[in-house]
Amino acid sequence: MAENITNKDIVKEENLVFKKTSLFTEKPLSYCPGCGHGTAHRLVLETIEEMGIQSETIGIAPVGCSVLAYEFMDIDMQQAAHGRAPALATAIKRLYPEKFVFTYQGDGDLAAIGTAETIHACNRGENIVIIFVNNGIYGMTGGQMAPTTLPGMKSSTSPYGREVISMGNPLKMTELVAQLPGTYYVTRQAVHTPGAVRKAKKAIKQAFENQKLNKGVSFVEIVSNCNSGWKMEPVQANEWMVENMFPFYPLGDIKVPAEQ
Amino acid sequence: MAKVKGSIVVNIERCKGCGVCVPACPTEVIALHDEVNGKGYHYAYMANPEACTGCANCAMVCPDAVITVYRMKVNE
Repeated sequence: MAENITNKDIVKEENLVFKKTSLFTEKPLSYCPGCGHGTAHRLVLETIEEMGIQSETIGIAPVGCSVLAYEFMDIDMQQAAHGRAPALATAIKRLYPEKFVFTYQGDGDLAAIGTAETIHACNRGENIVIIFVNNGIYGMTGGQMAPTTLPGMKSSTSPYGREVISMGNPLKMTELVAQLPGTYYVTRQAVHTPGAVRKAKKAIKQAFENQKLNKGVSFVEIVSNCNSGWKMEPVQANEWMVENMFPFYPLGDIKVPAEQ
Repeated sequence: MAKVKGSIVVNIERCKGCGVCVPACPTEVIALHDEVNGKGYHYAYMANPEACTGCANCAMVCPDAVITVYRMKVNE
């Protein structure tokens, strides 16, 4: 009998296992093929959909590749000046304490120009979620070196690889904010394999759930690829990320609430 | 014995042909098509549909969420 089953028999509404969340707008994502931003967007939206908080969530879009996040997410959104998303999120959360407020930022936004805003918002313990997508490069502007670029990693402004003597050390933002008393939950995840995606989803959900507790910032870093900036094919970029990014940016929870 | 059969539907025009779903598939069902879509990308398709179990791993890693997954139990 099994041999006679055709795709038409399987593709029916009652057999549906997974479909694109309805919180995505109809606009096609502007990201390069294989970019982790799309998956990160989806996990945030799926979390919001599952928690049933579409009308109670306000997101803050950054400057960078994901500047157009408000075009793709069917929720209320603001777009902040470069790096100022945590400051804007602070204002929104204080004005609407009952809303769920999150920022969605890249490494050029959060770890370079927005360092002060990020550290102070985390230190003040603002009750927000920060989603930090780290691909070690300025993707949108042409692959320039970012504070998170690895030692020896090639970018358009470090064509012979980042030299620590002249260009300094990379910045581990997530470990840095984990030291601050205002952060409640700090974790680092990735979205390159199905297992990693499921773990990242769990972490993002935990971060949004934490907002109900009023305990401080929940900070989720997602180590991602930038195949255009790294000059690689998407699958190759993911492999490179596993070999090079993960030893420097190890995945896992960095700060978990004490009672867990 | 009940067996699980799956199937995927790819939104061809939205697929960017990144191929991230290809290594994610545990049963090697997915490949990139020789033909291209309207944007010129070699879109993902089920090259080996018999082996699909509907595990949704491909959909998990698809950055553009173009894959819809179906699964049903089949009694042999």
